[in-house]
Amino acid sequence: MTSANIRIDEATAPVRPILEIKDLAITFKTGSGEVKAVKNAHLSIMPGETVAIVGESGSGKSTTALAAIGLLPNNGRVSAGQILLDGEDIAHASEKRMIELRGSHIGMVPQDPMSNLNPVWKIGYQVRETLKANGRPDGPDDVARVLAEAGLPDAARRAKQYPHEFSGGMRQRALIAIGLSCQPKLLIADEPTSALDVTVQRRILDHLDKMTTELGTSVLLITHDLGLAAERADKVIVMYQGNVVEAGPSLELLRNPQHPYTRRLVESAPSLASRRIQVAKEQGVDAGDLLAPVAAAQSRVQDEVLQIKNLRKIYKLRQGLGQTSDFAAVDDVSFSVKRGTTTAIVGESGSGKSTVAKMVLQLEKPSEGQIIFDGVDTAGLKGKELFKFRRRVQPIFQDPYGSLDPMYNIFRTIEEPLRVHKIGNAASREKKVRELLDQVALPQSMMQRYPNELSGGQRQRIAIARALALDPEVIICDEAVSALDVLVQAQVLNLLADLQDNLGLTYLFITHDLAVVRQIADHVCVMEKGKLVETGSTDDVFDNPREAYTQALLDAIPGGSLLLPPAVA
Amino acid sequence: MVRFIFRRLLQVIPVFLGTTLLVYYMVFALPGDPIAALFGDRQPPQSVIDALRAQYNLDQPFWVQYGLFIKNLFTFNLGVDFTQQPIADSLARAFPVTAMLAIEALIIQAVFGIAFGVFAGLKKGKLFDSTVLVVSLLVIAVPTFVLGFVFQLVFGVQLGWAKPTVGANADWGNLILPAVVLGLVSFAYVLRLTRASVSENMNADYVRTATAKGLSRPRVVVAHILRNSLIPVVTYLGANLGGLMGGAIVTEGIFNVPGVGNKLFQAIARSEGPTIVAIVSVLVLVFVITNLLVDLLYAWLDPRIRYDQ
Repeated sequence: MTSANIRIDEATAPVRPILEIKDLAITFKTGSGEVKAVKNAHLSIMPGETVAIVGESGSGKSTTALAAIGLLPNNGRVSAGQILLDGEDIAHASEKRMIELRGSHIGMVPQDPMSNLNPVWKIGYQVRETLKANGRPDGPDDVARVLAEAGLPDAARRAKQYPHEFSGGMRQRALIAIGLSCQPKLLIADEPTSALDVTVQRRILDHLDKMTTELGTSVLLITHDLGLAAERADKVIVMYQGNVVEAGPSLELLRNPQHPYTRRLVESAPSLASRRIQVAKEQGVDAGDLLAPVAAAQSRVQDEVLQIKNLRKIYKLRQGLGQTSDFAAVDDVSFSVKRGTTTAIVGESGSGKSTVAKMVLQLEKPSEGQIIFDGVDTAGLKGKELFKFRRRVQPIFQDPYGSLDPMYNIFRTIEEPLRVHKIGNAASREKKVRELLDQVALPQSMMQRYPNELSGGQRQRIAIARALALDPEVIICDEAVSALDVLVQAQVLNLLADLQDNLGLTYLFITHDLAVVRQIADHVCVMEKGKLVETGSTDDVFDNPREAYTQALLDAIPGGSLLLPPAVA
Repeated sequence: MVRFIFRRLLQVIPVFLGTTLLVYYMVFALPGDPIAALFGDRQPPQSVIDALRAQYNLDQPFWVQYGLFIKNLFTFNLGVDFTQQPIADSLARAFPVTAMLAIEALIIQAVFGIAFGVFAGLKKGKLFDSTVLVVSLLVIAVPTFVLGFVFQLVFGVQLGWAKPTVGANADWGNLILPAVVLGLVSFAYVLRLTRASVSENMNADYVRTATAKGLSRPRVVVAHILRNSLIPVVTYLGANLGGLMGGAIVTEGIFNVPGVGNKLFQAIARSEGPTIVAIVSVLVLVFVITNLLVDLLYAWLDPRIRYDQ
């Protein structure tokens, strides 16, 4: 159904859209004048329909959705256009009218389950005040019923707990319960599962689908994940820099993207169909250059730079009154990493994958087992030797906002490891920093800037430059691209692949995202509850997963089955 | 929970011994002879001096003096001061006055500090907020003795709204002026703390979610912004109560309040070891107990806090 058809329907039939946004523009007042966050947005959602807005951060997708529920930040306002909710223009509705509409007519499921529940109130209380504010029955049974409908087990007891006693998935279920508790006609779901593990994500989205179908709720789904949008929505709207650049039925849009931006999105969306990133050089035709990768490939098989043998990490859990119980975060894990290759460890939160990374980095002591780096057992490393080891193994962490010191400028951030390890003098260190910035494709002029002036992708490049400063042999990437938008993620993955080829780096890649694994890894280790359940080459694991758990992880990749293979030249 | 309280109370013992020892030693090390100072220019007979020295154990070495003091303390015998008044009696008169003053000051700073802080925080950057900020800065910058004398002159003498001095009969009514002066400085801190906390929590995701649920603005402000913003404020107020109970030497001096601050000042001026240490001992207890109460209150306000490590 195209938008032209909807207009004809409207003229002939009494059915009208639940939400219709026409020529919407939103401006923000900032220190340096007015900024147009949304320039021209238009969409319509029919009763019972699910419509997804896709775009990267800053595309205006969330701003558009927030305007529809009257929750723009204080410095933002609708500067043009209409927002019609069931025919009523609410773009400039009074706060009183909006309070009437929120909850009962428009519900919202927010993005981050960790920060969207008030930590000081019990879950039940937060559900109850929603029911009460919208004049619904709000007894303990009603609260439990609402929570149970959202798929929360043992709801009556759970309602008496605080948010910090809930896992991320359970919190998101509580938020879904709150969003749907008063049966709104329209539900705005703003990246409802992007903070969750893939399998949890799948279960929660399935449940949300079921509930909204039963209730006949229309859903406005905001996501940066094209695969997820295509899988869950009837229609997809692509936003780019405040404009709707393309809209249409999901599959059609995905198979035949018209706008250049949509095409780029479709191409860079990681999926099961994508293949290991081929480094630029190997794609090129320069015969002289071709020799180098071959030589590198030969040396790759030579030695195992990292061997993990029967690694185990036991944490003591307190059980009150001086009793403890053992919890094996990592349980008898063995694998090895060949020099110059990428090994990915995949698993959900709590699978122990990050604990393995920490132990390899010598940030945590293993309870049992060995980590052999370049033939030496790392357990025996102390003082100077440990210091030298750190020079050869470097980390890149997930959160590019948290891992850079906000008080250090870029130069100081990258230079610090050189200074700590007393390498070179001031002049040679500056030269090295400039080279590193070149390597990660950032302008040298960036040296004097501070992390808060950079975008997420730029920060992650800085983190990579910092890790490379000491010319390490092994880089441990702990969810290094998980916080980035797809396009940026694709750029960073390409950069990592190029660096690996040029410098012969070995990567240990910790991630929950199998689609990323497909693009970057040579070998995969799948972890579940502290145990290594499956290992093998990436192609083997993806094409013939042996374990049910691996299969479940693969199935959970959103839109995996829908996306067509991108045209690789 | 019970274990936590028990553990905290056990901590009182070393804290108590440490502070009393330290204070006792500092008084002991003060230059000059307190007994000689008692007689001013007159030269009493040596026998009188010896008798007094023996009465206050001043003829003993330091460790014996301290040991005897602790022993007496545990038999609830605080001894007499240099005017032969039982120390216990004068403390029993001074502490209730100071407690009244402290509570009155605490109420003033809590009620007005939080109220103004919330409005300033919600209207950050607006006229009310800027005015309140400037005024609070002024209050912090002006020393208490200036503020005290100005209030005494303007409200006590010229306008006659309250009694300019308190004197022997301290009650809630005539303590109002010193309580306002005492509370003003902390009022400014409470205000600024509340304001910062409110303006930060205002933009929290859960506040936006609460609004999205359809809650009215007052409800969002009270249940979600104010409740969460109170956590640091209450901690500050609790710690502040301990300080207020220690008496305010300057304020009590200006308004002639017969409280702990006054007593302590006199005792220090006379190098009266037993009185100083007795007051300090009680203060240590008050401090430890208020801190314990603050910690318990903190856990009640923020359920994420758990006492088991």
